[in-house]
Amino acid sequence: MKKQINLTKATKSTLITVGMVVVAYVILQILVGAGALSSLMKGLLVPLCIYAIMAVSLNLTVGILGELSLGHAGFMCVGAFTSAFFSLCFKETMAAGPRFLLAIIIGGAAAALSGLLIGIPVLRLKGDYLAIVTLAFGEIIKNIINVLYVGRDEAGFHFSMKDAFSMNMASDGQVLINGAQGITGTPNDSNFTIGAILLVLTLIIVLNLIHSRPGRAIMAIRDNRIAAESVGINITQFKLLAFSISAGLAGIGGVLYAHNLSILQAQPKNFGYNMSIMILVYVVLGGIGNIRGSVIASVILVLLPELMRQLNDYRMLIYSVVLIGMMIFNWSPKAKEFREKYSFKRLIAKKTEKEEA
Amino acid sequence: MSSFFSYLINGISLGSIYAIIALGYTMVYGIAKMLNFAHGDVIMVGSYMAFLAMGSLGLPPVLAVLLAVVVCTILGITIEKIAYKPLRKAPSLAVLITAIGVSYFLQNVALLAFSANTKMFTSVIKLPPIVLGDGSITISGETQVTIVACVIIMIVLTTFIKKTKAGQAMLAVSEDKGAAELMGVNVNGTISLTFAIGSALAAIAGVLLCSAYPTLNPYTGSMPGIKAFVAAVFGGIGSIPGAFVGGILLGVIENMSKAYISSQLSDAIVFTVLIIVLLVKPTGILGKKISEKV
Amino acid sequence: MALLEVRNLGISFGGLRAVDGFEIEIKKGQLYGLIGPNGAGKTTVFNLLTGVYKPDDGKIELDGKNITGARTIDINKAGIARTFQNIRLFKDLSVLDNVKVGLHNLYSYSTLSGIFRLPAYFKVEKEMNEKAMELLKVFDLDKEAEVLASNLPYGKQRKLEIARALATNPKLLLLDEPAAGMNPNETIELMDTIRFVRDQFDMTILLIEHDMKLVSGICEELTVLNFGQVLAKGKTAEVLNDPQVIKAYLGE
Repeated sequence: MKKQINLTKATKSTLITVGMVVVAYVILQILVGAGALSSLMKGLLVPLCIYAIMAVSLNLTVGILGELSLGHAGFMCVGAFTSAFFSLCFKETMAAGPRFLLAIIIGGAAAALSGLLIGIPVLRLKGDYLAIVTLAFGEIIKNIINVLYVGRDEAGFHFSMKDAFSMNMASDGQVLINGAQGITGTPNDSNFTIGAILLVLTLIIVLNLIHSRPGRAIMAIRDNRIAAESVGINITQFKLLAFSISAGLAGIGGVLYAHNLSILQAQPKNFGYNMSIMILVYVVLGGIGNIRGSVIASVILVLLPELMRQLNDYRMLIYSVVLIGMMIFNWSPKAKEFREKYSFKRLIAKKTEKEEA
Repeated sequence: MSSFFSYLINGISLGSIYAIIALGYTMVYGIAKMLNFAHGDVIMVGSYMAFLAMGSLGLPPVLAVLLAVVVCTILGITIEKIAYKPLRKAPSLAVLITAIGVSYFLQNVALLAFSANTKMFTSVIKLPPIVLGDGSITISGETQVTIVACVIIMIVLTTFIKKTKAGQAMLAVSEDKGAAELMGVNVNGTISLTFAIGSALAAIAGVLLCSAYPTLNPYTGSMPGIKAFVAAVFGGIGSIPGAFVGGILLGVIENMSKAYISSQLSDAIVFTVLIIVLLVKPTGILGKKISEKV
Repeated sequence: MALLEVRNLGISFGGLRAVDGFEIEIKKGQLYGLIGPNGAGKTTVFNLLTGVYKPDDGKIELDGKNITGARTIDINKAGIARTFQNIRLFKDLSVLDNVKVGLHNLYSYSTLSGIFRLPAYFKVEKEMNEKAMELLKVFDLDKEAEVLASNLPYGKQRKLEIARALATNPKLLLLDEPAAGMNPNETIELMDTIRFVRDQFDMTILLIEHDMKLVSGICEELTVLNFGQVLAKGKTAEVLNDPQVIKAYLGE
C-alpha cells in the first residue's frame, strides 16, 4: 500500500516538472505563431533551453553528488566542438535529422568520457579537489582548442598545433577547425523544439536517476560517506556515475549551443570560468539539489538581464552578492535563528495560539 | 645554455610570486579548512592600491606598498568576518560557493571602480639589472627583489610560527579547533590573524607581480591566484615549505613550457601537471595524510 | 566454530599503541559485549573490524574467511554491518530510503532500467519497498517511512541506524553505544529490540556500551578493554565482579 504512494510521489513530482516545461513550450510557441514575441525574445528561446540543461546537469553534481564543479563550461565546450566537428564533416553527406541526432550522441558521449577521465583521479580524493581540477580542465580544453587546427583534403584529415598552413593540405583542402577562429559553418540544426525536447530528456534522466537505486547511493554518499561505505556502497563507482552523467548532459547543452551559431569559438566568455560560475549561480538560486528550481532560476536569470538592460553593468556584482547572501542565509547560525523566529509556520502558529488564549 | 639559464631564473622569479600567494592559500586552508577562492582577487586589490598611491597620490613606492599591505590586511579580515565566519559550521560546499561569490564581488567592484581598461603599472623596483657572463644573461631588478623577498618571507614566517605564541596558536587551531579553544587559544583571533597575514602577503605578491608584468585590470589576480592554488596543492596543501617548493616548481615548469613547447599551451601544461600530481600523490609533494575521525 | 575470530589484533597511531594484542571469539547467535573505560580503544576495534582502519598486525576471520585488511565495502558484503557512536544517517533521505540504501547490494537493476523506468525497475523497487517496510515495522518506524531521517527524534534515529545495518543482511551486527543519550525507558525498550533482533533474525551481535544495566541485562559474554589491551573476558556476571575490572572502571 505504502510503497505505491512512495512511487507515485516521486513520479508525480517528475511529471509536474516536465509538465511545466511542456506548458511553457506550448505557450511560447503560440506566442511565436501569433507574432507576439520580439526578435530579441525569439533569439533567447534556444539559449533558455541550453542554460536550463546546463543548470540541471550541474545541479546533479552540486546538489545530488555534493561536489563542486567549476569547469562545467569545459564539458559544454567538449560537447560543442566534437559535435560541431562531426556535423561539419557530414554537412553534405547526411540528412539533417539523423546527422543532428548523431551529433547529440557524439557530443554527449565525448563530454561524458572527459568527465570520466577527470573523475577517475579526482573523485577518489576527499576534499575540495574536484572544484579546482574541473576549473583547470575548463582552461586546458579552451587552450587546446585555440591552438588546434584540423583540415581535410582528398588524402584525409590533417592536424596541426601550430597554424593552418603547417597542415600541408592539398590546395582544395578545407580547414575544419581553425585554431582560435574555431569552427565556421556548423549547420544550424538547433531550434526551440529540439531544445525543449532535450531539456525534457535531461530532466527525465536526472530526476529518474535520483529516484532510483543508483541515485539513492549517490545521495547516501553525499549525506555520509563513511556510513555509505559501511553498508557496502562503492563510493568511487557512484561518484563517477553521477559526475559523468552530469558532464554528458552539459555536453548536450554544448551541442545545442554549437548548432545555434554559425561561428563557434572557444572564448573566455562562452566556455570560460565566468560561464561556469554563471551556471552555478542559477543552481544556487534555484536551490542546491532542487532540480525544478534550477530550471525556473535559469529561465528567470536569462530573461531578467535582457529585460532590464540598464542593470547589465551591475549584473555580475548582483550575482556575487546573491551567492554570498544565499549561503549565509541558509547556513549561518544567526540566520537560522532568525528564520525560525519569523518563519511563516511559526507566525501562523503564534496567531492561533493567541486566538485560543 | 645561457638562454636556458635566463628562462630558469625567470621561472624561479615567477615561482616566487606563486609561492608568496600560495602561502595565503595554504595557511587559510590549514586553519579554516577552506579554499579561499577570493585570495587571488585580494592580489588585484593590492595592486590597484599601490597603483593609485603612486599615480594619483604621488606617494613614493615604499609607502605605496605599505598602503597596499594595510588595505589588503583590513580587507582580508573583513572578508573573513562578514562572509566566512557565519559559515564555520556549514558544509564545505557552502563555504566554497561563498568564497567564489566574494571573488566575483571583488572583481566586479573593481570593474565598476576602475573600469575594464588595462592600466600600465610602474614598477616599484629601481634596482639596476645584474649582468652575468659576457652580457648574455641579465637578471632584472624585479627578478632579484622577487626572489629575495620570497626567501625572506619564508624564513620570517617559519620563525614566526615556530617561535611565537601566536604562531603556536595557529598550529594548535589547525590541528584541532575545539581542543585549542579548550586550552584557552583565541580561535577567532587566530583565524583573523591568519587571514590578515595571508592578505598582507597577497598585497606584496600583487605589487611584485605587477612590477614584473606591468599590466593591471580587474582580472589580474584571478589566473595567478588559481595557479598559486595549484602550487599549494602541488607542494601539499597545509604545508608552508610545500607552498614554497610547489610555487617555485610551478613557475619553472610554466616558464620552461612557454620557452620550449608552446606559449599558448603553457597554462594547459601547468594544469595537466596538477592532475598528474593528484593522480600519483594526492597529498602533494610535502603534504601529510589526513585521516578522518570515525 | 566461532563466527568471528580475532587473533593478536593491533594498530598504532603515531607513537600511540591504540589497540594491542586484541583477541575475541564470538559464536553464532551470541549477544556479546565489549566494554571498557573511555579511550580504551573500543571504537578503534570496531573500526578495525569494519576496515575503516587497516590493522598493523593480527588476523580477523569471519565465518572461516580471512577479512584482515579488506575494504569496508567488502567486509560489509562478507557479512559485518555496524552502527556508529555519533549517529551517521543519510540525513536528507527519507527513513524508507535510508533502509533502501542498506538493501543496495541485495537488490539490483541496471542504471539504464532506473533512468528509463524499464520493467526491472518497477519489479525490484517493489520488492525493496516491501523488504524495507518489513524492517521498519520491526523497529516501529513504519509510520515515519516518509519522514526525513534528520527529523526523527534521537531514539528513533538510533533505531533507524540499526534497521539500516540489518538491511545489508549481515552475519554479525556491531552496535557502537546503542543506548547513548537514551533515557531509562528508552534503554529498556532498546534492550527488548536488541533481543528481538537476535531471535528474529538469528543474529550475532557485538555491542559497545557504557550503560551497565543494559550490558548486564542482555550480554551473555563480555570482553573488557583497558588501554588498548584485553583486561578480562568471560561470562557477564563473572567479568563484572572481577576486582581488576572494577578497579579499571572506578579507578583508585
